[in-house]
Amino acid sequence: MKQKIMISPLTNKLFYIIGFSFLGFFTLAILVPIVYVLIASFMDPTVLQNQGISLDLSSWTITAYIRVFENRMIWVGFRNSLFYSVSYTFISVGVTILAAYPMSKKDLVGKKLINVFFVITMFFGGGLVPTYLLISNLNMLDTIWAIVLPNAFNVWNLILARTYYQSIPDELREASAVDGASEFTHFFKILLPVCKPIIAVLALYQFVGMWNSYFDPMIYLNNADMQPLQLVLRSILIQNTPEPGMIADIASMAEMSKLAELLKYSTIVVSSIPLLIMYPFFHKYFEKGVMVGSVKG
Amino acid sequence: MRANVNKWKYIKNNWQLYIIFLLPAVVLTFIFKYIPMGGILIAFKDYNAFQGILGSEWVGLEYFKRFMSSPDFMTYLLNTLKLSLFGLAWGFPVPIILALILNRIRNAGIKKNIQLMIYLPNFISVIVLCGMVKIFLSPVGPLNHIMGTAADFMSIPSAYRSIYIASGIWQGAGWGSILFTAALSNSSQELTEAAIVDGANILQQIIHVDIPSIKNIIVIQFILQAGNIMSIGFEKAYALQTDMNIPASEILATYVYKIGLLNGDYGFSTAVGLFNSLINVMLLLMVNKIVSKLNDGQGI
Repeated sequence: MKQKIMISPLTNKLFYIIGFSFLGFFTLAILVPIVYVLIASFMDPTVLQNQGISLDLSSWTITAYIRVFENRMIWVGFRNSLFYSVSYTFISVGVTILAAYPMSKKDLVGKKLINVFFVITMFFGGGLVPTYLLISNLNMLDTIWAIVLPNAFNVWNLILARTYYQSIPDELREASAVDGASEFTHFFKILLPVCKPIIAVLALYQFVGMWNSYFDPMIYLNNADMQPLQLVLRSILIQNTPEPGMIADIASMAEMSKLAELLKYSTIVVSSIPLLIMYPFFHKYFEKGVMVGSVKG
Repeated sequence: MRANVNKWKYIKNNWQLYIIFLLPAVVLTFIFKYIPMGGILIAFKDYNAFQGILGSEWVGLEYFKRFMSSPDFMTYLLNTLKLSLFGLAWGFPVPIILALILNRIRNAGIKKNIQLMIYLPNFISVIVLCGMVKIFLSPVGPLNHIMGTAADFMSIPSAYRSIYIASGIWQGAGWGSILFTAALSNSSQELTEAAIVDGANILQQIIHVDIPSIKNIIVIQFILQAGNIMSIGFEKAYALQTDMNIPASEILATYVYKIGLLNGDYGFSTAVGLFNSLINVMLLLMVNKIVSKLNDGQGI
């Protein structure tokens, strides 16, 4: 088995050069577009169209931002997204941390059966039309329930929470049982306070997931005043139709299209800023979630 | 008999566990996951809103025959498979490579900052990501500016897959490296030190120490991702679609949406969706079997 291996500093050097340039290139490839969007959003529309971004401050302007902020739909979108995401997070985390508790017990009668009942839904589902017809028959179209209830309980999150509970020593329950605490009291008074990290992880997952999603709102919400931010963004960025008020006052078509292009940059910045500000604070919780999840369920 | 009595006793004594803790999840799962599974019946019926799912006429396998004999069938199936297979082939190694390199950075501060930056795109929404792709690639966008051309990349069918896959790597590869990075930093430092004493260079250390230490995670991740081949994300595929790139961008998921919800052809759409998820389950079982054979009988 023993191989004769020569120390070869050349290979090491080569590894560092190739490896670190790859990593550097990858990091730059991530940063450059983001910084570009940020700078471009401040450019004068004509300068942006003719010569791209420039660092000459005289060609910078905040007109695009004024137009974005003056637009009612952006605010409506923000408000709706916040409302949906908070409600969804509460329902989803609530149901998940409750259900995970019995599933973390070794001796729960019927555990195998319940587990199969849940896990099947990870691999197989009814699909788009049957789900849509169900929501429609329940009269949930154009209500918040259509987007917060169907996916509120997620088996993957159940596994995360269960795994976390199982890392807490059984002695805790034994002690509270001696004191006569019911499962209910034990869970809320004793277990939950030590489970804050996993609750934070789940809450962030669900919040960001709902904040960023567009498919369910697109099919279930037709009322424009109920649209979340992502759908407002979709019409500006993807369908290329700025909200009517944004550019209506511009006379020439050419000016309009330049401005529409500029508005895309500023809309991206405005919509991403809340997340970007929070990012340095919450990313470690997300990382933790990935780790807990990697322990095989 | 006795065991059964004990079970009922347990349930009676611990009723809270079932009624307070489990019931909400069971009810949600039953209503929103199991009832739609029953709704799959409309894939075999001529669905009529007035007669309901159960009252509608049976048509047997007609939708499946119609779909499989249509000229679009192969195109959509191949588009779906190509998009995810090429995506897997290009996208899967990148996080591993990133983690192996990150693992060699000795300065903890630099390592942390790079991680902070490469994880960031994971939190950008699909719409914003696709919006950025579209403005960068637009005829008046920066890419054309640099190249001095005015090509409309979003309208070129042959460019669709590359755009989809590259933007996927841009968004997900950094985040995907977390698991591997964590496993590498937990792996035994002694082995690496022993390898260094034996005179192994970095490449040899990576091949003989680093990669074996993350082999299990690589296998699990591969199975999970390969199992998702047919359930490739609708959201991004649809957001990057234009009228012009349909020949490459129409996948089964977007087709199901269009014929089902936009055209109202419920039965046909459900049949196509069912076809899609059946292939998915089959692929998952197949991949698991293959990997467990290669990996000394260890699958998932």
